[in-house]
Amino acid sequence: MAVPATVTPDVAAVETVDLVKRYGRTTALDGLSMRVPAGEIFGFLGPNGAGKTTAVKILLGLAGPTSGTAALLGKPAGDREARRRVGYLPELFRYQAWLSGREVLAVHCRLAGLPRADWPSAIGSALDAAGIADRAGDRVGGYSKGMQQRLGLAVALLGQPDLVFLDEPTSALDPVGRLEMRTVLRRLRDRGATVFLNSHLLTEVERVCDRVVILDHGHVVAAGPLTDLLAERHLRVRVTGLERPAATVLDGFGTLEEADGWLELRGLDPERVPDVVAALVAAGGRVHAVEPRQATLEERFAAAVGAPTSEAEP
Amino acid sequence: MSNQLLAIAWLTIREAARRRLFLVLVLITVACVALSAWGFSQVRDALLSEGLDGELDAGGLTGELALTFIYAQLLILVTFMFSFILAISAVFIASPVIAGEVESGVALTILARPVGRTAYLLGKWLGIGLLVCVYAALSGIAELAVVGALTGFVPPDPLLALAYLCGQALVLLTVTILLSTRLSSITAGVACLAIFGLAWMGGIVGGIGTAIGQPTIGRVGDLSRLVLPTDGLWRGVVYHLEPREILLIVDQAGALTAAFPFVVDSPPPPSFLAWVVVWFVLVLGLAALSFRRREI
Repeated sequence: MAVPATVTPDVAAVETVDLVKRYGRTTALDGLSMRVPAGEIFGFLGPNGAGKTTAVKILLGLAGPTSGTAALLGKPAGDREARRRVGYLPELFRYQAWLSGREVLAVHCRLAGLPRADWPSAIGSALDAAGIADRAGDRVGGYSKGMQQRLGLAVALLGQPDLVFLDEPTSALDPVGRLEMRTVLRRLRDRGATVFLNSHLLTEVERVCDRVVILDHGHVVAAGPLTDLLAERHLRVRVTGLERPAATVLDGFGTLEEADGWLELRGLDPERVPDVVAALVAAGGRVHAVEPRQATLEERFAAAVGAPTSEAEP
Repeated sequence: MSNQLLAIAWLTIREAARRRLFLVLVLITVACVALSAWGFSQVRDALLSEGLDGELDAGGLTGELALTFIYAQLLILVTFMFSFILAISAVFIASPVIAGEVESGVALTILARPVGRTAYLLGKWLGIGLLVCVYAALSGIAELAVVGALTGFVPPDPLLALAYLCGQALVLLTVTILLSTRLSSITAGVACLAIFGLAWMGGIVGGIGTAIGQPTIGRVGDLSRLVLPTDGLWRGVVYHLEPREILLIVDQAGALTAAFPFVVDSPPPPSFLAWVVVWFVLVLGLAALSFRRREI
């Protein structure tokens, strides 16, 4: 997979090459190759069963690949030294219900190998960032789902990791919580950390991510900086009275779809919008509306997943 | 020993403490010790009222010796019951620690940290092992002290007997942990108890084989002690609880005593103890190997 040189630091936060994972006859990852530059918010997207969680587990050493290689912060996937610099919020997880939130964080300080003198400040800042400082003394068993997710975030942020994996981090959060999460993600990026965000909430991803990979059936179907992926514009035109079929009139301008009385033209060079209008008028059409639009991530996602052959390179 | 291993062990101990496991076990133990104290005092009063002037006859022993023998047998029976509580506790505390944490997603958060799989597994083993041994020591000492105070009977080697008892519980803990690296909590617990029962039966069948002079059947016991050394360790418990004068009875009864799991004529040989050490290393190694390959 080609990687743009402009955003490539020396060591990628995450890199996989031809990663394959099979469970019996099921192929979870089918030659996954991707590179996540350090210091970015990276969106890892794909429909259910695309292989996202499997890929994260392989990177963290929780599962082994069938073939291929994966690296985390320049070390082989699962490397213990690399894991020291990583925070992880799994999608489905549970913390010890009989501990308080603060105690869970203390356990993870110890497991992460943080010096004991640093624990109070590390715990304090993680609790503040996740917004659960006022409930830190309560037993985790009494936490709501949203609170548990916030605790999971606090655990993932503990000790200022260089790379943070967040698997569906906002699934249990209310709108305010989601807003706060965006702030947390941006702060992480501001201090140079890499965020690996696994999410189905595409509007969230669109708001914070610098780069995305869309995965389907275990391999990359679209990848690149978000600005590039969303750069494709399309044009909606409402026209009546055409003397010839629209497909003939607009042949060569892009891909045409007709729905609800509107013509949708994809892959159109923005400079050619006046030419489209001129062609329609020349064919006897009465143009009622012309709407140039930028693609949304949702549309890009649907196109990528619905048409796996239209593979995009970053 | 790695810091992570100790952290996992400490977490395991704290979890057991928070789950009121200690409290329940202490309450049950106090009840058991109190019940056995009442039983021993009743037996003592009944035996003493019969008098020690030759009327009391236990297996050919008379007088003080007969009393000692009866107390020892009662103590061994109480210990037998106690060893079951200990074994079942070890199995049921151990069966969810690996399988349960993997199933619930607790392991996911711990093992993403720089914690080795072997350290995680050994930490769990160490934590539960310490709990089991501390519980065995405290409750065993309480029982022995009560029996000693009421009857004056003190076994020849109570500490060694307790050590063998702990060994038996540690064997079951180790097998449960091995099974729970691959099986669900309940399956691992049930399978371990079934294996424990089979090994117990294997020991008795082997003893019967020896008693009736059938060495082939006798080897069943040897084999079961190699596969799961619980029965062999239990015989160590018995030997160190029974008065040395028991050998008189063994002499009279000859090979027949081999059929009874509550009378033992010799301590487990050093070769068996060496095998137990090797067994722990092998089974823990196998458990670590199995868990390292497990996908979380």
